[in-house]
Amino acid sequence: MGKHTPLFEQHQQAGAKFVDFAGWEMPIHYGSQIDEHHAVRHDAGIFDVSHMTVVDVAGPQAKDFLAYLLANDVNKLKPTKALYSCMLNEKGGIVDDLIVYFRENGTYRLVVNSGTRDKDIEWIGQHAAKFEVAIKERDDLAMVAIQGPKAIEKLAQMCNPRQAKQINKLKRFAVAEIDDWFIGRTGYTGEDGVEIILPAELVATIWQTLLRVGVSPCGLGARDTLRLEAGMHLYGSDMDEHVTPLESGLAWTVAWEPAARDFIGRKALEAQKQAGLRHKFVGLVLESGKGVLRNHQRVICENGSEGEITSGSFSPTLGHAIAFARVPTKIEETCAVEIRGKHVTAKVVKPPFVRNGEKTFS
Amino acid sequence: MSENVPSELRYAETHEWVREEENGICVIGITDHAQHLLGDLVYVELPEAENNIRSGDEAGVVESVKAASDVYSPLSGEVIAVNEALADTPELVNQDPYGDGWLFKIKFINHAELEELLDSESYNEKVAAEEA
Repeated sequence: MGKHTPLFEQHQQAGAKFVDFAGWEMPIHYGSQIDEHHAVRHDAGIFDVSHMTVVDVAGPQAKDFLAYLLANDVNKLKPTKALYSCMLNEKGGIVDDLIVYFRENGTYRLVVNSGTRDKDIEWIGQHAAKFEVAIKERDDLAMVAIQGPKAIEKLAQMCNPRQAKQINKLKRFAVAEIDDWFIGRTGYTGEDGVEIILPAELVATIWQTLLRVGVSPCGLGARDTLRLEAGMHLYGSDMDEHVTPLESGLAWTVAWEPAARDFIGRKALEAQKQAGLRHKFVGLVLESGKGVLRNHQRVICENGSEGEITSGSFSPTLGHAIAFARVPTKIEETCAVEIRGKHVTAKVVKPPFVRNGEKTFS
Repeated sequence: MSENVPSELRYAETHEWVREEENGICVIGITDHAQHLLGDLVYVELPEAENNIRSGDEAGVVESVKAASDVYSPLSGEVIAVNEALADTPELVNQDPYGDGWLFKIKFINHAELEELLDSESYNEKVAAEEA
């Protein structure tokens, strides 16, 4: 039996089908993952993401520590804002990807993946020893994501006028601390919405109240197809310790300037850039509809060189399969994908595939 | 889970169902249990009509958002029809696995193969054993 989040009973009541996810018993769907996907694209859905790991970083050298720990630069981060970053090892390999929030009180909050919790805590702790910082894992907190074009409107319905006003004026990638809620206008779906971190004992109420106003409970199945359509990466599938951000479509998250900032992995990334990249990260689409792209399928370029699909699935919004793939840098506009022994032609595109409900490639 | 296992059908260990019609023709599909396990279907690959297949052969593939699963023919014979509607609406298999979600029809050549398939009671036991 896996670990349970504080919403486990709510999931049972909502008819969840469960799967094991990094040792947690989590809902994969509540009946139809495609219906849940569409609910988020057209209305509003709520996800339990309490399995994710929240780590608070405080102390006089918190900023210096994170500027060293992360490939993106927290010096760019203004108070009440969030930043996406990779955390690299010395070889430039990705230890994890995470969101860092800079709080009004000058401290930082990281949200890291649940599947990498143990190694992340160890890695962070090991490097924190050289800085004057306090690291605290917050397993007393729960986390929900409310996503979709109507997410903000429906959330505001359950709030008092003061809270609703604060939520409404929250900008993208901004965070506010409203009473017991730590609320960021962030997400993993490509739609508007928020992620709320709050004391575990308060999370059932928000879940129940939002379900009552018509927000759909959504499982990890819909979360995966939504993030894939939105061009967002999944740690462990799209990248891991053996690849760098430069060959994972995440070069935009590496802050090279100022050149004097020494972060873990910087030298390795510079060397890789200097030597030239052999792989790049692309989107693939199967507009013929003949099959579904899946993780680890072989990608064959016109010149015979090969790559691999890192995340593939069916796109409920587009009605055909889409995928991310790590491929040789010299790939043409189309390539072949091996699906159960047969070669099927796929088109090479630049992710994302869908933003705010609309197709984004041509 | 309340899954439907009609008593008038026969079942294969690999979760296909068979309904005997007239003149040695059988309709084949996947069970309610199988479609539940797979979740929302998004792609169905069927055998070609007029092909001869043997029992146990791969006859097609059903793919849901999360997984692909082979479909095996429970009987030997000639494929005489496939459910063309599934090309555009694979979700029929989820909605009506024993009706509009049928996969293909076969003119079978060996009645003994039909007799060897599971009845609804044995299939129910098999599913219960798998879930235990």
